[in-house]
Amino acid sequence: MRIVTVILALVLTIAQGSAPKRVVSLIPAVTEILFAIGAGSQVVAVGSFDTYPPEVKALPRVGALLDPDVEKILSLHPDLVVVFATQTTLREQLARAKIPVYVYQHSGLPDVLTTIRDIGAQAGREQAASDLARRLQERIDAVRKRVAGRPRPRTLIVFDRENLALRGIYASGGVGFIHDMAEAAGGANVFADVKQQAVQATTELILARAPDAILELRGTPMDAAARAEEIAVWGTLSSLPAVRNSRVYLIDQQMTVVPGPRVADAIELIARTLHPAAFK
Amino acid sequence: MTASLGRRFAMTTVGFGVLAAAAVVTAPLVGSTHISLRRAFSTAIPFSENPDAQIFFIARLPRTLAGALVGSMLASAGVVFQGLLRNPLATPFTLGVSAGAALGAMLAITFGWSFTVAGMGAAPAASFIGSVGAVAIVYALARARHRGLSTNVLLLAGVTMNAFFSALILFVQYFADFSQTYRILHWLMGDLDISSYEPVITALPFVLVSLAVFAWLARPLNLLSLGIESAGTRGLNVATAQRAAFLSASLATGAAVSVGGPIGFIGIVVPHLVRLIVGPDHRLVLPASALFGAAFLIGCDVAARTVMSPVELPVGVITALVGGPFFLWLLVRKR
Repeated sequence: MRIVTVILALVLTIAQGSAPKRVVSLIPAVTEILFAIGAGSQVVAVGSFDTYPPEVKALPRVGALLDPDVEKILSLHPDLVVVFATQTTLREQLARAKIPVYVYQHSGLPDVLTTIRDIGAQAGREQAASDLARRLQERIDAVRKRVAGRPRPRTLIVFDRENLALRGIYASGGVGFIHDMAEAAGGANVFADVKQQAVQATTELILARAPDAILELRGTPMDAAARAEEIAVWGTLSSLPAVRNSRVYLIDQQMTVVPGPRVADAIELIARTLHPAAFK
Repeated sequence: MTASLGRRFAMTTVGFGVLAAAAVVTAPLVGSTHISLRRAFSTAIPFSENPDAQIFFIARLPRTLAGALVGSMLASAGVVFQGLLRNPLATPFTLGVSAGAALGAMLAITFGWSFTVAGMGAAPAASFIGSVGAVAIVYALARARHRGLSTNVLLLAGVTMNAFFSALILFVQYFADFSQTYRILHWLMGDLDISSYEPVITALPFVLVSLAVFAWLARPLNLLSLGIESAGTRGLNVATAQRAAFLSASLATGAAVSVGGPIGFIGIVVPHLVRLIVGPDHRLVLPASALFGAAFLIGCDVAARTVMSPVELPVGVITALVGGPFFLWLLVRKR
C-alpha cells in the first residue's frame, strides 16, 4: 500500500515537473499563444493555416480541423497535442497512443485569457502566461475607458461575403469574440440581440437595422485599390447612415480574426477606427 | 390547335398566370421588417434617404423577380428533361448541369477570384461557365456513337459527370479554408437575396431564348412521349428535337443556377403537380409549369425569410422540406 502511494507520488511529481517539450498545435490562436509566452521552442509542428508568428513558417504542417494528419503527428512523438473539441476521431487516436491533449474551446473574449492561462499551465509557463493575460486585460480595460462615455455607433460587423457584391453576407451575432472585441472597442453590434456567432445578414435586415458604421474584418491583406472597390460596393444601400456618413471600414489584418494574444492590438485598432477622436 | 385545346390553353395560362402575378405583387409586401408603403412609393423623399423604399426596391423586389425567374426556369427545364429522357424522376440537375455549376462557383470562391462580368460576381459567372462546360461534355459523349442523341448515353454520361464533378468539388474543397467552406455551403443551399437587378437582367437573354425553344418544343415532346419510333413515323425529326430540348433546358438551368444557386426539387415537384391538374399535354404543362414554378419559388422564399426572422433559412431548405416528401410520395404512387 505504502509502496503504491510512493510510486504514485513520484509519478505525479515527475508529471508536474516535466513540461511538454514537443508540442503540436493545430490551432492558429494557440500557436500564437505558445510563442507569446516563450514556449515557441517547444512547438514541433503546427496546423495548415498557421502563419503567425513568422517562425511557424519553418515548422512542419500536420493538417487542420477537417484533415489532421494523424500519422505525421504520431511520427513527431509529441508530448502534448492541442486539438479542437470537435476532432473526436483524432482525440480517440491520440488517447490510444497515450499522448496528452489539450482540447481547445472557441468562444468569447474572456475565454481567450482563460485559454492563455491554461496553455501556460500545460506548457510549464504559468508565470509568463499569467503576465501576458494580465497585460492584455489591462490594455483592453484601457481601451474601454478611452471610449467610455462616447456615443457608441450601431455597428454591422461583417466577416464574410462574396467578392465585389453584397451577397452571402455573414455578420457577427451577439456572441463570440468578434462581437466582444467590437463592443470593447466602443461599438454597439446591430445584431447583439441574435444569440449566434454568425448571422446571415440579408439586404432587408441590413437596411432595417440601419447601422451607423459598417466594419468588415478580413483575414487576408489586400491592396488599397481592392479595398476601396470593396468599400464602394456598399454604395448601393445609400439609405444606411454608415454609407451616407462614409463610415464603412474594411480592416484587412489577420489579428482581428484570430482569438489569440493579438486581441488587444485588434481591439485598439477597431477602437481607433470607430472612435478616431478618442485617440487624438 | 383545336378549339377545345385553345380554350384549355387560355384557361390554364390565365389561371396560373394570375397565381404567378399575385405572387410577384404580394411577395414584396411581406418581409422580416414592417415598412410603410406610402413612404416606399413617396416621390417627395429622395431615394437615398428613404429606407422603406430601399427595402422595397433593393431588398425585396429584385429578390422576388429572381425567384420568379429561377422558379420558372427550373420548373420548365424539369418538364423538358422529363419529356426528353422519358423518365418522370428526371430533374434539371440529373445531367450534371448543377454539379458543373457548383464546381465553377467552388473554384471562384476557393481561389478568391474577384471580378464582375455584366453585373455578375465571380461565383455566379464561374458557375454559368461550369454548367456550360458540363453540358458540352455530356452532349459530346451522347453524340459520339450515335447519329442523333442517345438518351441512355445521355443519362449515363450525365449521372457519371455528376459523380465526377462531385469528386472534383471535394478535391477543390481540400484547398478551401474555413470561411470559404462556409461560403460554398451557402451557395449550394441557394440564395435569392441578390440586392440588385443586374443578375436578373444578365440572365434574361438566355431565359428568353430558352422560353422560345420551349414554346416550339411542346408538340415534339408530346410526340416523343409516344416513343422514339412512333415519333419518327409521325414526321418528327427526333434528333433535332432531342438536341433542342437538351440544349435549351440546360441553358435555362445554367442561367437559373447562376442567379440563385442550385435550388433543388422545384424541377420535379412543380411539373408533377401541374400534370396532376392539367394532364400530360406539354402544350399545357410547359406554360403552366413555368408560371407555377415562379409562384412556388416566390412562396418558398417568402417562407424562408419570414418563418424564423430575423434569422433567415436558406430557400433550398424550404424547397427540400416541401419537395422531399412529395418526391417520395410520387415514387410510391408510381410503383
